[in-house]
Amino acid sequence: MSTKSDLNLEYVANLARLALTGAEREKFSRQLGDILHYVEKLKQVNVTGVEPMAHASPVCNIWAADTARPGLPVAAALRNAPAQRDHMIVVPKVVE
Amino acid sequence: MKYEAAIGLEVHVQLRTASKMFTRVAAGYGAAPNTLTDPVVLALPGALPVMNKEALDKIIKAGLMLGCAIEPVCKWDRKNYFYPDSPKNYQISQYDQPICLGGTVEIELPGASRNVMGEHKKIPLTRIHLEEDVGKLNHGTGDSLVDYNRAGTPLMEIVSEPALHSADEAFAFLTSLRTTLVQGGISDCDMEKGQLRCDANISIRPVGETMLGTKVELKNLNSISFVRDGIALEIRRQSAVLEGGGFIGQETRQYDGEAGTSTAMRSKEMAHDYRYFPDPDLMPVKVDAAWQAQIRATVPELPFDRQRRFFEEYQLPYTITSVLVSDRELSDFFEETAKLSGKPQAAGNWITNDLLRELDGAKITLTDCKLRPSHLAGLLQLVEAGVISSTIAREVFAAMFLTGEAAEAIVARQDLKQSTDAGELEKWVAEAIAANPKAVAEFKAGKEQAINAVKGTVMKASKGKANPKLVDEIMRKQLGASPRPVN
Amino acid sequence: MADELIFQPAARLAAQLTAGKISSVRLLQAFLSRTMAVDGRVKAFNSHDETGALVQARAADERRAAGRARGPLDGLPVGLKDVIAVEGQPLTCSSKMLANFISPYDATVSVKLKAAGAILWGRMNMDEFAMGSSTENSAFGPTANPWDLSRVPGGSSGGAAAAVAAGELPFALGSDTGGSIRQPAAFCGIVGLKPTYGLVSRYGLAAFASSLDQIGTLTRTVEDAALLLGAIAGHDPQDSTSFRTEIPDYRAELKKRRGTWRLGVPREYFGAGLDPEIGAAVKSAIEFYRQSGCEIKEVSLPLAAEYAVAVYYLIATAEASSNLARYDGVRFGHRSTKAKDTVDLYCQSRAEGFGEEVKRRIILGTHVLSSGYYDAYYMRAQKVRTLIRNEFVCVFRDCDALLSPTTPTAAFRLGEKSADPLAMYLNDIYTISVNLAGLPGVSIPCGFTGTGLPIGLQLIGQPFQEADLLAIAHRYEQGHDWHTKHPALS
Ligand SMILES: [Mg+2]
Ligand SMILES: [Zn+2]
Repeated sequence: MSTKSDLNLEYVANLARLALTGAEREKFSRQLGDILHYVEKLKQVNVTGVEPMAHASPVCNIWAADTARPGLPVAAALRNAPAQRDHMIVVPKVVE
Repeated sequence: MKYEAAIGLEVHVQLRTASKMFTRVAAGYGAAPNTLTDPVVLALPGALPVMNKEALDKIIKAGLMLGCAIEPVCKWDRKNYFYPDSPKNYQISQYDQPICLGGTVEIELPGASRNVMGEHKKIPLTRIHLEEDVGKLNHGTGDSLVDYNRAGTPLMEIVSEPALHSADEAFAFLTSLRTTLVQGGISDCDMEKGQLRCDANISIRPVGETMLGTKVELKNLNSISFVRDGIALEIRRQSAVLEGGGFIGQETRQYDGEAGTSTAMRSKEMAHDYRYFPDPDLMPVKVDAAWQAQIRATVPELPFDRQRRFFEEYQLPYTITSVLVSDRELSDFFEETAKLSGKPQAAGNWITNDLLRELDGAKITLTDCKLRPSHLAGLLQLVEAGVISSTIAREVFAAMFLTGEAAEAIVARQDLKQSTDAGELEKWVAEAIAANPKAVAEFKAGKEQAINAVKGTVMKASKGKANPKLVDEIMRKQLGASPRPVN
Repeated sequence: MADELIFQPAARLAAQLTAGKISSVRLLQAFLSRTMAVDGRVKAFNSHDETGALVQARAADERRAAGRARGPLDGLPVGLKDVIAVEGQPLTCSSKMLANFISPYDATVSVKLKAAGAILWGRMNMDEFAMGSSTENSAFGPTANPWDLSRVPGGSSGGAAAAVAAGELPFALGSDTGGSIRQPAAFCGIVGLKPTYGLVSRYGLAAFASSLDQIGTLTRTVEDAALLLGAIAGHDPQDSTSFRTEIPDYRAELKKRRGTWRLGVPREYFGAGLDPEIGAAVKSAIEFYRQSGCEIKEVSLPLAAEYAVAVYYLIATAEASSNLARYDGVRFGHRSTKAKDTVDLYCQSRAEGFGEEVKRRIILGTHVLSSGYYDAYYMRAQKVRTLIRNEFVCVFRDCDALLSPTTPTAAFRLGEKSADPLAMYLNDIYTISVNLAGLPGVSIPCGFTGTGLPIGLQLIGQPFQEADLLAIAHRYEQGHDWHTKHPALS
């Protein structure tokens, strides 16, 4: 079952920084259309005055004292780096 | 047509904390690349944030200093966007429930001259929120290198209303804000180290128009004079465009302070859609009255309030107060000296002239200075009691500055007390009269100032210890003249 | 002979280690040789470090010989779903994105297990980034169900569940975001416990959906679940969502807690879509409880039953779209060699590094958070989530636990649902609401289908009342022998 949805796949894929193939675009459009159609059912629920739930248990002020402790040695920090030079991560030139 | 500018500033200030905003690896400037990281900073799989209590204390203090409303509940949101300096590719920030709302920054505009106080204004703030800093990109020729040392540093974003109308006002805003935050111990605000960074939203409109014009975002105003020059440039640029019949498009421009130019930044691939949503990894913050009271107890007097008090309480002139209140430690030094000596005006003069000159010459800060308020107060008392002359006082001051010895001890050891021994003074005066026949003749002929040359000889012979008042009396007596005229 | 060891509950192995009847090295070798024999077919492991494990086993034996054993877990091998960080070990999340990633740090549960002397041995296969219900979405290929190699083991903790079921491991840790421990436990005929949100630290668990994820246990028995949970539960200052609560001795509590419990049975969980064989098995389990003196009450969870899946797929994908943004080919992970600028670097690295289901969920999650859709999707889902939680709070006023099927069907065939994501998502219909409400849930074996596939009974408990939940589950287990059955794997 394919439903028309207002999913702008190109726009969203760009926001998510995902290059999609033509085949993926076609497939995702259809599948996500189905899923978005399915979740439409939430419109049936009356949510007037209901607080949104962002956390499973409502506690607050969870923090730590400002005491510095050692971090990762540079070698460990960069151990998984795909490209590095002078102890820094190399990326293609960033144009601002 | 006459145009008027509406400028809103967005100021990012790094908070002075030992560790980062959401993890306890050290925060700091100048460390070797990528030595201040951990799994949280690098956004390794599985790392989780834990907020820094000190950063919360500091932003509440900043909010209280600036008269903001401290919200009873604030929360954390993720601002999603991809950029190589942002390890998680989202920034933890505060979107619709920031910790501070409203508030003002009091500014002083330039006066008619340096010695005259300028107009004061209160610039309204929209909000202040807490977030985390990003890493640093070092641009090479073919690539860029990323250092994450700065990433995760606690960052306070202060947003003003578009209520500034000139480059001078923006400059004054930033100057005042910086002074306030430094004096509150909230940030060191060193712009060279990137601890305070400023972006400006600038629009212009014909005078009398109430609608805001199209705003241009000006970035990279990374020194306090660049803020003034960059904004002035942008106002001129926009005026010229409108004068020429053009129109201002919404854009972001990068200011180049060295060249004094600005250029449009490469337009982003898409409109910003940050997809803010509450960060599920962090719990909200509730600020109750007790916490606020605890922070309020640490809030110092604001610089401009202190200046007004210095006028009233000590009758100090504007120039001296403005030097004093720009530095909290210097103001404290002054107040302590004034209290110990009972001579606020002399204390103000000594501190803003002699002390600052010596500190500058020695290239040290007040904290490292051996001369303390008790030293200066002791010196002022010796001068007041006539024990030493003001000439000798300068020497004693220099010695105290070097050694941290008490004034009395220096005076005693170096035998610097003013001489009031009549026999000794009579002898010095007689010798001086004999040595200056020409001046004596002129004096007798009615030229009052000629006596000064004779006095100078006395002072030289006495190495400055002769009491000037007694010298004057004895000299007039010896010359058969009437006592010094009162002027 | 080896069978005697490899299918024994961990608690009994621990007792034998303590009594000096076996050594840790000997035990590890038994599991190693079983793994060598069957894992070519089950494919539960992504990797394992045999040498490192033997070093740990020897150290455990030395500690025990010296009288310095660290407790019941000392010297027992444990498998970790490949989503939990162990310093120096791979952490792939079954993704090409992290195929070469070696974790430079330990998850909190890893620190705790090491302190307890457990041998962190295998890295278990899973659906990529824990997204799936079949362990078919793995860059390293699917895991098979040991009871029927043509079927899925469930997911996303499918490798961990299959390995325990197949006797390759005594127990393992998995993660459960919408059923990812309970559903594979049900499919593989073992015990799968998802603790209350906040009981076990998430620090070092690669996040899928932060407000739902929880590390839990895959074990042969309820007692083993109590044993392993005791080792990993507890407040962690490095996880802001971790809860401060007393951690009882869960294993000791199993014997102490013998109430006549009030057990709720949600009416809506027995409707259309439930396989009749599963329904019958679960109903006979309910009958067992009734006969053993428990009060059985019919309860109603209309919103949970109708809307949980929709709420889940909005909230979980939204959080995932943000959590997975860090996999960008910059600091670690797969980097495309084709990229010419940074935008391209992101787009290509992520296109090459992520599998299809992950991409699908990132796209969905990005869409539901995007400008103009947030209120209609994400915000509304969060509000319905509140209503679902309230519904549970309400039924728990007069129930100690709820009983339901874990899954609507037994293990399905490999490939059967992979073309239809929505059908796959609906497989989690009974488990998902437990995560939305942050409750503890456990799946225990309660029978077999006519074709010999295991069936799971789900028990849902009150927040942080794992001791009660496990005691209730234990009562059933004591009265049945399903957990002593093993797949033939011939
Ligand atoms: Mg990035
Ligand atoms: Zn900001």
